[in-house]
Amino acid sequence: MSQSLQPQLVRLAEHERATVAFTLDGRAVTALEGDTVLTAVLTNAGSLRRNEFSGQPRAGFCMMGACQDCWIATADGERLRACSTFIRAGMHLLSGSGEGA
Amino acid sequence: MNRSAPVIVGAGPAGVRAAQTLVAHGLRPVLIDEAARAGGQIYRQPPQGFARSKKALYGFEAGRADGVHQAFEAVRTSLDYRPQTLVWNAQPGLLDLMDNTTQAASSLAWEELIVATGATDRVLPFPGWTTPGVYTLGGAQVALKFQGCAIGRTVVLAGNGPLLYLVAYQYAKAGATVAAVLDSSSLADRTAALPAMLGQPALLAKGIYYLAWLKLHGVPVHTHAQVLRVEGDSRVQSLAWRHANLAQPGGKVGTEQVIPCDAVGFGYALRSETQLADLLGCRFQFDAMQRAHLPVRDRAMRSSVPGVYLAGDGAGIMGADAAELAGERAALALLQDRGVAIDGARVAQIEQQLAQVAAFRLGLERAFPFPQGWAAEAPDDLVVCRCENIRAGELRAAVRDCGAREMNRLKALTRVGMGRCQGRMCGAAATEILAQAAGLPVQEVGRLRGQAPIKPIPIGLHLSSALAVTASDTALQEDAS
Repeated sequence: MSQSLQPQLVRLAEHERATVAFTLDGRAVTALEGDTVLTAVLTNAGSLRRNEFSGQPRAGFCMMGACQDCWIATADGERLRACSTFIRAGMHLLSGSGEGA
Repeated sequence: MNRSAPVIVGAGPAGVRAAQTLVAHGLRPVLIDEAARAGGQIYRQPPQGFARSKKALYGFEAGRADGVHQAFEAVRTSLDYRPQTLVWNAQPGLLDLMDNTTQAASSLAWEELIVATGATDRVLPFPGWTTPGVYTLGGAQVALKFQGCAIGRTVVLAGNGPLLYLVAYQYAKAGATVAAVLDSSSLADRTAALPAMLGQPALLAKGIYYLAWLKLHGVPVHTHAQVLRVEGDSRVQSLAWRHANLAQPGGKVGTEQVIPCDAVGFGYALRSETQLADLLGCRFQFDAMQRAHLPVRDRAMRSSVPGVYLAGDGAGIMGADAAELAGERAALALLQDRGVAIDGARVAQIEQQLAQVAAFRLGLERAFPFPQGWAAEAPDDLVVCRCENIRAGELRAAVRDCGAREMNRLKALTRVGMGRCQGRMCGAAATEILAQAAGLPVQEVGRLRGQAPIKPIPIGLHLSSALAVTASDTALQEDAS
């Protein structure tokens, strides 16, 4: 598995939830209902975005809406703050680290 | 007299107790909160449908958390409750709001305002801290509490303050591998602090319990530990550290040691979210114990601005138990100022309990002394501002070549504190570096002024709000990025 596809977060509890299908960089993946976009992405990959100044990957930092380092792009050109937005079925998210990036 | 409803910002322990108190006196306050559910960060509730018990989520704090949650539920229908709502600007008599789910803008007039905006981790960075897999201690805790996730498989937790041991305990108990706890302070610091902390034996006992539990379960705990760097390009691969006492620099330094890991949580106690108090014109003063400029409040939680009350950690770190008391006290002050009769005995009791907590906090500061030597050790290529990738050397150059002696001047010269986080993550570190480079005490280099919008808002909202708000360069930068 390439580094960017290796999940960062590890689920330790709350496994018994319905799955939610979405795409990440064009790849069909699943999360669980009640996941934030951050959790949904980082249980499937290693980062959310690239920093505009360094070009380096980022995966959030404060998890509480303060650092603003977890904004992720959608295929519609929207930006979501991943730690405080819940995942919805059919979202198309772009981390900038996928195969096509 | 037809007064408008009091407004409370923040539904953590302080905001909830303030709301409960106002409702008990027949008012129907507005309660605005950025989160979807009440509880704040400390008693943050998982989304609906999650299964863990409060005992599993909050441990020793389960009773406290449940108390706050139940207090909220009991008054919920008596409130104008606005969850998932950001207050992005505050002016005399008017708040600017945005619904975080719809991005719809609105304004809210206020005559009386209780600001209970809480705190985030105080961050002192190390090389590699922007690598994916490095989080704040609070962030590591939120991942577990709110989402049932660990930040990685093999986690190192570093820094100081009570949260360090609490998160380590919670992670190990939940089944994560805690490869090490790296505490910048020492057991000797804790022993010296004992007399001041004995006034709150329950809090002291919890701290001792976490440490004992970690040792019993084989979690390596190192004190006087200095984090040197995180290795790994796009993921965390290891963390390098050594023994050094940064609270009293100049002593013996150990050899470098490397711990393989795939995630790091760190933080050095907490910092207050003071932006709204600042925009409201509240007077600030340097607090030597917390090493920060904080909005001034009296024993009744009144700020320097009539009608503005400051409750909880947003105006100085006192902890969650004190926040509950401060929220109630602020609400009682608001009622007093309205001429409503209140229970004087309860006021005296709250103030006495808060005084005891203040004595305990003094002890905590001694138990977890600030690593004063951090700035001198920070290498020039250390990224201080993670928003815009501004390095320590650039800050030092602005001091050396441009004569920067004050935080807002440093911000103007280097853009530090001007990015999306508005200095929440870099402010403490940049202040330390400025003071160290300029050879000034930290209280003399000032503080970053708050700017609206205090968090990013979409430019469409900004324009459509049709308010005479000058677009700050921060707002423009947000939307250009």
